[in-house]
Amino acid sequence: MEIESSHQNWDLEIKPHDNVFNLHLKDVWNYRDLLWLLVRRDFVSFYKQTVLGPLWFFIQPIFTTLIFTFIFSNLAKISTNGSPAQLFYLAGSVAWNYFSDSLTKTSTVFKDNANIFGKVYFPRLIMPLSIVFSNLVKFGVQFLLFIILLVYFFIMSHYFNGQYKVEPNWFLLLFPVVIALMAILGLGLGLIVTALTTKYRDLAFVVTFGMQLLMYATPVIYPLSAAPAKYRTIISLNPMSGLIETFRYGFLGTGQFYLGAFVYSIISTLLIFIIGLVIFNKVEKNFVDTV
Amino acid sequence: MSGIAIKVENLSKAYQLGDFSTGTLSRDLERWWAIMRGKEDPYLKLGEENDRTSVGTSDIVWSLKDINFEINTGDAIGIIGRNGAGKSTLLKILSRVTSPTTGNIKVKGRIASLLEVGTGFHPELTGKENIFLNGAILGMRKAEIKRQFDAIVDFAGIERYVDTPVKRYSSGMYVRLAFAVAAHLESEILIIDEVLAVGDAEFQKKCLGKIGDVSKGQGRTVLFVSHNMAAISNLCSKTILLKHGLLQDFDSTRSIIEKYISSGKENEAEVFGIDIPVKKYSNKASFHAFRLVSAKRGLTTNFAIDEDVNIEFEYDILENNAIVYPSIHIIDNMGTCILATFNGPSATTFIDKYFGIPLKKGRYKSVCKIPANFLNDNNYLINAYLVTQDVADMGIAEEVLSFIVEETGEMRNEFTGDWIGLIRPKLEWVTAPLLV
Repeated sequence: MEIESSHQNWDLEIKPHDNVFNLHLKDVWNYRDLLWLLVRRDFVSFYKQTVLGPLWFFIQPIFTTLIFTFIFSNLAKISTNGSPAQLFYLAGSVAWNYFSDSLTKTSTVFKDNANIFGKVYFPRLIMPLSIVFSNLVKFGVQFLLFIILLVYFFIMSHYFNGQYKVEPNWFLLLFPVVIALMAILGLGLGLIVTALTTKYRDLAFVVTFGMQLLMYATPVIYPLSAAPAKYRTIISLNPMSGLIETFRYGFLGTGQFYLGAFVYSIISTLLIFIIGLVIFNKVEKNFVDTV
Repeated sequence: MSGIAIKVENLSKAYQLGDFSTGTLSRDLERWWAIMRGKEDPYLKLGEENDRTSVGTSDIVWSLKDINFEINTGDAIGIIGRNGAGKSTLLKILSRVTSPTTGNIKVKGRIASLLEVGTGFHPELTGKENIFLNGAILGMRKAEIKRQFDAIVDFAGIERYVDTPVKRYSSGMYVRLAFAVAAHLESEILIIDEVLAVGDAEFQKKCLGKIGDVSKGQGRTVLFVSHNMAAISNLCSKTILLKHGLLQDFDSTRSIIEKYISSGKENEAEVFGIDIPVKKYSNKASFHAFRLVSAKRGLTTNFAIDEDVNIEFEYDILENNAIVYPSIHIIDNMGTCILATFNGPSATTFIDKYFGIPLKKGRYKSVCKIPANFLNDNNYLINAYLVTQDVADMGIAEEVLSFIVEETGEMRNEFTGDWIGLIRPKLEWVTAPLLV
């Protein structure tokens, strides 16, 4: 029997333990169709039976921007480094929301999908990935809004003597990298949180309000340069700081590009992502037993 | 193509009770704090009431232990066992929902598992969208689904509703669509859990037919878990019997089903003296013992539908020359009295020569045989009576014993659905052409 079995080449071996770094990425690739279908599901189910449909993607950032402009610019008079306040806040909140949505939605992926995960196997990573891509669609739509506003303010400042500075520069070519990093960072942190919440539900609550606090520890509603010098280092420890600053610098030309912060963001993001992947992969094998 | 499709080696799965994380960080901290102060772990007690298996003293439950078997390509294998035998755990490990504690499984070919119909269906999406989504969740590529799309819609019979959100479907349509998607998986190995418990009888039959096609017609390997012995015996050539996490036997379906039936001794098959639940005592006679006996297997409470149920009824005559006769009522699980019988000559197939004559003091035994292929598959209770000439002095014992009549696949070659009716006798049918 031994001889017979050694002759057969098996397609799959189910074992108790797997190499920690065997991330089954090939499996993920095989299920890529599922990824797109899930993204599509999220997108379609989002606006089904709503009157305004996909318009909702615009409404949220518009109102956030209006309120931010009113509170932080008009009332609190926080500097926007000479950029139009609306554009400054829209840039910050659109980018931040992408990161924040990716993280919070990913962080409950085990809990939300416990039923599905308990019934059928597919690479678990597909779920968080689909969340990140679904949010990317939403981000894309909101980004369009941002571009429209950007063009408007650009024309106003250059041809109609607007009182503000809108100077897109070559750094905006870094934009795809910045977005990818935000996605990876949100995904990585979300994976860590969701892996831990299978055991500790408490973390889910921490994430919800932690994200609100974290926004203030990130230069979303203020430029990094406006922060007091002694806090600047602390704020820069947050990998999102370098990303948001770079994003805004490329499109608005305000503030400056902090190379150190950007490199730091890249390294810490990748590190967090790998840790997230490994932990997630370890937990996914048996989480059905504990959830 | 022959060869081994699935090879399971020393497979075990342990579930830990109580002792590991209790759910939230604060509780873990509480436990840690209690242990630090040298007090008892406040949550350790959690797991100890689980007496499902004999290892109650340990906080580990072996849901599966040292399972070994091989399944050849193209076989249809049934898996049966009582609740808690480990069937679901085995399926979960095979379908990679959870991983084993020790041992391994080697698989040749792609596995698709169907532990539930309609996993991942989204109520807001249309039937068409859900076909694609569900198919992809079950492991199909988009191109495969496209190829099978018409067949799926046709099988489910929902042509008119393809573009309607599934939340507007009737539950029957929903289940049909869900099963249709799964039935058209193009995997080499198909694992099916008790999904046939849903849907109407006609659709169940269609599903079983489809599963039969998959295994017999297309030569794919099928693993099928069910409590429905009719379906198992129809579809599966060989069957695995699990008991308390151990592989009890792996043999031809027929012999496994017999074994399965005789393995269930959840109730007593025998009751004596003071244990008999007497409701009313008689001065002339008293109950002594009741036994349920299978001709082949002796004392048992589980009878195959195609075997006789022998009820042995022992009683003491307390007064010389008393005229006493035994009587039995069979009650089903709904409380309906299925039949009442006694040993009167006009009510029996053979004349009982002890009926109606004065009996001497002493002990007597009457045996009532309920024939095979008469009761339906169900749970039954026995009420017993010692009837005397003075009706007021009758002895009554209620619910003295209970027994189960189990499906074996007998009478099931043509129909596999839910067989209604209080009884299920084999009857004579004669058909003659009249106008042809």
